[in-house]
Amino acid sequence: MDFAPIVLSLKIAGVATVFSFLLGNLFAYIINKKNIPGKNIWETVLIMPMILPPSVMGYLLLIVFGKRGPIGAFLLERFGVQVVFTWVGAVIAACVVSLPLMYQNVKAAFLSTDPIYEQAAMTLGSGEWRIFRTVTFPLAQPGVISGVVLTFARALGEFGATLMIAGNIPGKTQTVPTAIYFAVEAGRTETANALVLIMTVFSFALILGLNAWLKKKNFYR
Amino acid sequence: MRKKIDFHIIKKLDLFTLNVRCGFDSGVLVVRGESGAGKTTLLNCIAGLCAPDEGFVSIGGETVFLRNAREARIDRPVRARGLGYLFQSYALFPNMTVEQNVLYGLRNKPDYRDRARRKDLLEYADYIMETFGISGLRKKRPGVISGGEKQRVALSRAIVTKPGLLLLDEPFSALDEETKAVVYGEFKLFKERFRIPTILITHNDAECEMFGDHRMHIKAGAVV
Repeated sequence: MDFAPIVLSLKIAGVATVFSFLLGNLFAYIINKKNIPGKNIWETVLIMPMILPPSVMGYLLLIVFGKRGPIGAFLLERFGVQVVFTWVGAVIAACVVSLPLMYQNVKAAFLSTDPIYEQAAMTLGSGEWRIFRTVTFPLAQPGVISGVVLTFARALGEFGATLMIAGNIPGKTQTVPTAIYFAVEAGRTETANALVLIMTVFSFALILGLNAWLKKKNFYR
Repeated sequence: MRKKIDFHIIKKLDLFTLNVRCGFDSGVLVVRGESGAGKTTLLNCIAGLCAPDEGFVSIGGETVFLRNAREARIDRPVRARGLGYLFQSYALFPNMTVEQNVLYGLRNKPDYRDRARRKDLLEYADYIMETFGISGLRKKRPGVISGGEKQRVALSRAIVTKPGLLLLDEPFSALDEETKAVVYGEFKLFKERFRIPTILITHNDAECEMFGDHRMHIKAGAVV
């Protein structure tokens, strides 16, 4: 059996999770803790990928990141980086569709923390960055962790948008979900079964493990 | 001539306008009033956690807030006002130990970066923890200590930075009667020993009598 799609899927989901984590925290902080204009519009744009069909997302990403797209052309000319039909494209697709999950979890965690702790840190002379590092972020930990796990799981399962922007090039952009789809189409049931089994067991273990850990870990009590 | 601690806070609230002016040089100013009289808002305005519509706040002779029609505006951020604040719920950081809580404010001091001066700061913190009898709790998290202990940790954390003004928001209200009696005694000693200009707010007449060097009664945002 070819393990390349599994390795590539883990790599893409891993990198996408790192970016989603950074962006999710950044946006959740700016949108919910700062008085920025057009808050609702920004939030809606951020959550849209969760509601839009993956094919729509894939098509939009193609327009933006294609060779003649505004960002795609810039990346190609400036840095020689091609997004379409590369694993970078798959990372972008996975990141965009999983970001809403990260954002929502971090946002809920930020908003459920009593602001009095941040106020106490202010009266003790802390600036914004120290307050975030020592108070806001650590107190949001349970929400952030579940956000990371769900984001990784979502990125791992990403299919539609990935297929449109990265295609299905074995060994290069073929992830587990696309490999399953094309195995079924080509009648290679054994390969499809094996991959489905691996994905199901992995996802089950991930969510089960997370829930058990979150219940067991008594946060700050 | 302005007093060392001097303020005039005007802020429009939902039901009334808070309008309080007071000044004192040393000791404890007790602000007494029923719940909803505007006491906590007054403290928050002085601390900079919320903005008055008009008025001024001066701490240790330095103006940290000023807003009126004529003069230039001053609005120092909370972190630069040099005050200590003991919140009603204590607001001890649950993710840190007692020691980390107490030392938290010291790390923001410029002196903390200098090795020799840092030693002095840490020694002072040791002295404070010793004085308040919380040395044995250093490695414990706030979630596992008693109400009275939490109050002492919060007070230590607020004064270890040597603030120019200490703000106490109903510091005894969360304690049971038995603990209260002990803490009252401790607070009297604290007041004598540290002599930090303090504003204490309470709805309890006995506390007002016991601790107030200056007293003020506010009702619906105004001094009565």
